[in-house]
Amino acid sequence: MMRQWGARTFDCRSFIILMESVQALQEKLDLRQRTSINTGDLLFKNLTRFFAAVILVLVVLMAYEMVQSSGLSWKKFGWSFFITSTWDPVQEQYGALPFIYGTLVSSFLALMIAVPLSLGIAVFLTEMAPRWLEQPVSFFVELLAGIPSIVYGVWGFFVMVPWLRENVEPFVSDKLGWIPLFRGTPYGVGMLAAGMILSIMVLPIIASISRDVIRAVPRAQREAALALGSTRWQSTRIALAYSRSGIIGAIILGLGRAIGETMAVTMVIGNRPTISASLFEPGYTMASVLANEFTEATSDMYISALIEIALTLFIITIIVNSCARLLVWSVTRNSGAARS
Amino acid sequence: MKFSKIMLSMVMVSMMFGNALAQVNLNGAGATFPYVIYSKWFDVYGKQNGVLFNYQSIGSGGGIKQVTEGTVDFGASDAALTETQMQAIKDKQKSDILHIPTVMGAVVLTYNLPEAGKDLRLTPDVLAQIYLGQITNWSDAKIKAVNPEKNLPNKSIIVIHRSDGSGTTNIFTDYLKKISKTWAVNIGMGTSVSWPVGLGGKGNEGVSGLVKQSSGSIGYVELAYAVKNGLPYASLKNKDGNFVEPTFDAVSAAAAGGAKNMPADLRVSLTDADGKDSYPICGFTWLLIYKNGPDKNKAKEIVKFLRWAMTDGQAFAKDLYYAPLPAPVVKLTEKRIDLIETK
Repeated sequence: MMRQWGARTFDCRSFIILMESVQALQEKLDLRQRTSINTGDLLFKNLTRFFAAVILVLVVLMAYEMVQSSGLSWKKFGWSFFITSTWDPVQEQYGALPFIYGTLVSSFLALMIAVPLSLGIAVFLTEMAPRWLEQPVSFFVELLAGIPSIVYGVWGFFVMVPWLRENVEPFVSDKLGWIPLFRGTPYGVGMLAAGMILSIMVLPIIASISRDVIRAVPRAQREAALALGSTRWQSTRIALAYSRSGIIGAIILGLGRAIGETMAVTMVIGNRPTISASLFEPGYTMASVLANEFTEATSDMYISALIEIALTLFIITIIVNSCARLLVWSVTRNSGAARS
Repeated sequence: MKFSKIMLSMVMVSMMFGNALAQVNLNGAGATFPYVIYSKWFDVYGKQNGVLFNYQSIGSGGGIKQVTEGTVDFGASDAALTETQMQAIKDKQKSDILHIPTVMGAVVLTYNLPEAGKDLRLTPDVLAQIYLGQITNWSDAKIKAVNPEKNLPNKSIIVIHRSDGSGTTNIFTDYLKKISKTWAVNIGMGTSVSWPVGLGGKGNEGVSGLVKQSSGSIGYVELAYAVKNGLPYASLKNKDGNFVEPTFDAVSAAAAGGAKNMPADLRVSLTDADGKDSYPICGFTWLLIYKNGPDKNKAKEIVKFLRWAMTDGQAFAKDLYYAPLPAPVVKLTEKRIDLIETK
C-alpha cells in the first residue's frame, strides 16, 4: 500500500534513500545506548525476564506435581482411566470418561449458543448501533463478565432450571422427542442447563473481545468497500473476514472459561457420571467432580484418581489452546488481511 | 492528634503482647457439620479461659489428613477413622488417636409430594429399594402398604442425593448398608458412593433446593438443616418396629440405646440402633485428639475444654439444632478424656 502511495506522490528511490539514512542514524543511537551501561535497563531487562520465567516455572511445577501425585492411579488403571465410565469411590474403581465427555459437551453446547449471539452483539455494537445505545449496551455486556460464577449458579438453579423443567423441556420433548437429543425425563438440571448457564457466562468475553477486534478494522477497509458500492451487510462481511483471527481468539478464551467453570455448572448439571445422548439427562464435568469430592477424599487412591482428573483437565486445556493457536496461525497465514 | 495515635498504638501493642503471654492457641480442622456448635463453644469457652481456638471447617477428610500430618492440635470428623487411617497417624505422629464424641446429628428424608401431605411413612426396605431404583413410582404397592390412609399419586420418584463428599452421605449409606443386602454388596458406604439412580445436589441446600423444585422427589438432608428450613420429613420404621419421627430426643434415644454395648473407643455407628424410640439414621460427630501429643501444655488445655464440652457445653446443643449426648454416653466419653496424657 505504502509503495503505491509513495510512487504516486514522489520519486520512489529518493524516498528509500531517505529511509535508509534514518535507519542508519537510529542504529548508531542504539549502539551508543547499548555500550553505555545503564543499570535501570539492566534491572528492567532481568526483572521482566524473571517474571516471564516465573510463569514457566509455575506451569512446569504444577504439571510435575500433578503427574507425581496421580502416579498411583495411573499405575493401577493406565489408559483405561480415560475410556471407562465407572466412578466408584467405595470399590476404588475410577474411570474418567463421563467427566471428560461432560466437560467437552457442555462447553461445546455453550459455544453453540454463545458464539452466534456474541458475534451478533459485537457486529451490532460496531456497525449499527447509534452512539447513545452503544455505550450502555457495551457497559452491560462488560457487567455480565464481572458477575461471580456462584451468582450465575444460584440464578440458574432457582430460576432457569425450574423454567427449563416446567416450560422448555416438556414442550421440546413433545415436539422433537423423536430426536434422541431431546428425549428423557425433564429434570430441569442436566446437560442443557449446564450448556445454557455456560453460554451466558462466556458470552460477555466473546462479545466484548470481538467488538474490540472488529472495531480495530481500519476505517479505510470499510470505506473502500462502501466506495465500491457494497451494502452494509457486504462491508460488515469484509470487516468480519478481516478480524477473523481475533474473533477465533475470543472464542477460544470463552471456551477456556467454559471448560474450567466449576461452581455454576455443579449446581445445574445434575452430577451423575453417565454418558447419555439426551441433553435433558444429567451429566458431570471434570471441574465439578473435583469441587464435589476433593475435600472429603481420604484414601490415597481416591486422591490420586482425582488429581489425575485435574491433570486430564490441564492437558485438555493445553490441547484446546494449541488447536486454537494453530487455527489462528493458519487463518492469519492464508489471509493477507489480518496482519496484526 | 498525633499523640493520641501513638498512645493508641502503644495500648494495642501491649494488649497484643499481654494476650500472647496468657493465651494458648489451639488449631483444629475438620468436619463442617458441627461447625456451628464448635464455633459457639470455642467462642464462649475461649473468652472464659483465655484460650484462642482456630477451627477450619474444611471437611472431615481434610481434618483427618491434617491430623495425620500433625499440622493441627486436634481434628474433627463425622466418620470414624478406619484401622488403616489410625495406623497411619500412629506411624507418623507416634501417638494413638482418640475419638471424642461431642454431639449427634441425624439424616432425614425430605420429600415433595403435595398429594400425600405430611408424615409420610417409610420402612427400611422401601427406602433402600427407592435408592436402588427398584421402586420407581409413588403408587407402588409397598409404599401404599405402610401409608394406607394416604393418597399416593401415580408419579415417578425422583431420587436426590448429595453430589459432594459428606459425612451426611456417610451416615446415610451406612444405614442403607445395614438394612439392605443388595446395597451392602453393590454400593457400600462412604462419603461419596456410586449412586445407582438419582440427581446430585451440592450440599444440604442443593439437595433441598432440588427437592423443593421437583414434584415427586425425595432426598436426604441433615436434621438440623431440615428443622431450620421447615422441610417436610418422613418418619422411619426403626429396628423395634415403631415409626419414629426424627427429633432431637429420638436421636439421643438412639445413642442411649446404643450405649449399652458400645465399644470402649466409641468409634461406633449409631444407625439402626436398638430402642423403641430410636431414630434409625443418626451418628456421632467426633473430635480427634492425640492421646500422647507433643505439647503437654496444649493437651492440658484440650482436656479442660473437653470436660467443659461434656457438661456445660451440651446445654448449647438443642438451641443450635444438634442432639446432645445422653448421660450414659457422656460418662463413657469422660473415661476416654481421662486417657489423654498431659504430663
